[in-house]
Amino acid sequence: MSGTQYPKIYLYRRIVYAKLFIDAHFAERIDLNNIADEAFFSKYHFIRLFHSVYNKTPHQYLSFVRIEQAKALLRTEISVANACYAVGFESVTSFTGLFKRLAGQTPAAYQLAQRQRQAEIAKAPLKFIPNCFAEKKGWLQLPV
Amino acid sequence: MITKMNHVSVFVLNQESAYDFYVNKLGFKVHTDAPMGPGMRWLTVCPPEQPDLEISLMSIDEGMMFTKESAQAMRDLVSKGTFGFGVFECDNLLVTYEELKAKGVEFTKAPTQEFYGFEALFKDDSGNWFSLGQKG
Repeated sequence: MSGTQYPKIYLYRRIVYAKLFIDAHFAERIDLNNIADEAFFSKYHFIRLFHSVYNKTPHQYLSFVRIEQAKALLRTEISVANACYAVGFESVTSFTGLFKRLAGQTPAAYQLAQRQRQAEIAKAPLKFIPNCFAEKKGWLQLPV
Repeated sequence: MITKMNHVSVFVLNQESAYDFYVNKLGFKVHTDAPMGPGMRWLTVCPPEQPDLEISLMSIDEGMMFTKESAQAMRDLVSKGTFGFGVFECDNLLVTYEELKAKGVEFTKAPTQEFYGFEALFKDDSGNWFSLGQKG
């Protein structure tokens, strides 16, 4: 790397740590102003730089992470309300609205579709595995 | 006419550890995770913006694919870093490099401007190496 890139890297590093902070603390009450303070940016500068790197504002990114984590939880037996609270939302209505906007379906519909897919994988895994791999692994005797 | 690739295999030393690396460190999505009997598992992951390319994280087991000797030889070669499986792409290499490094990913080449593009090299938890390039 050339020497001229070092200031840029230093700047990027602070944005990366802000992103990793959101990744680690998404379920808590995150005050994005505090993140900007920690990264030593003005709020405006922080949002602009964050967006230029991740194509989302910090707030949009926090919402995205929460919904992605909710999807992972909804693939288990958790209720929609508990998934909502576990990822940091306080209102099921606003959670459901945002989930639908980002995932294209309601949390309940997503959970049902995931359960059906998991049941199908458990019942007939070979439908999900190219035959050549299954054959090489010696799995062809399993139910289809 | 072949139109696209939808599955590719990466041989890994341990699927559980590979799951952690590819999902929690690289940020890939699990496509299919199916238990296939004692000690066996079909595990595929996708890069976040490429849901139709399944990367199969294949364990190296003695069986129809590998004899005992072949399995051991393959494990040795993988752990020595013999195999380079592909080139990943990101929007901003410096940012992605900093983020993956912070997550503990081992880079064997820092972002470097080459005549063919801006690239870095990293290894997965088994020893397989990948190039990481910047789009555009």
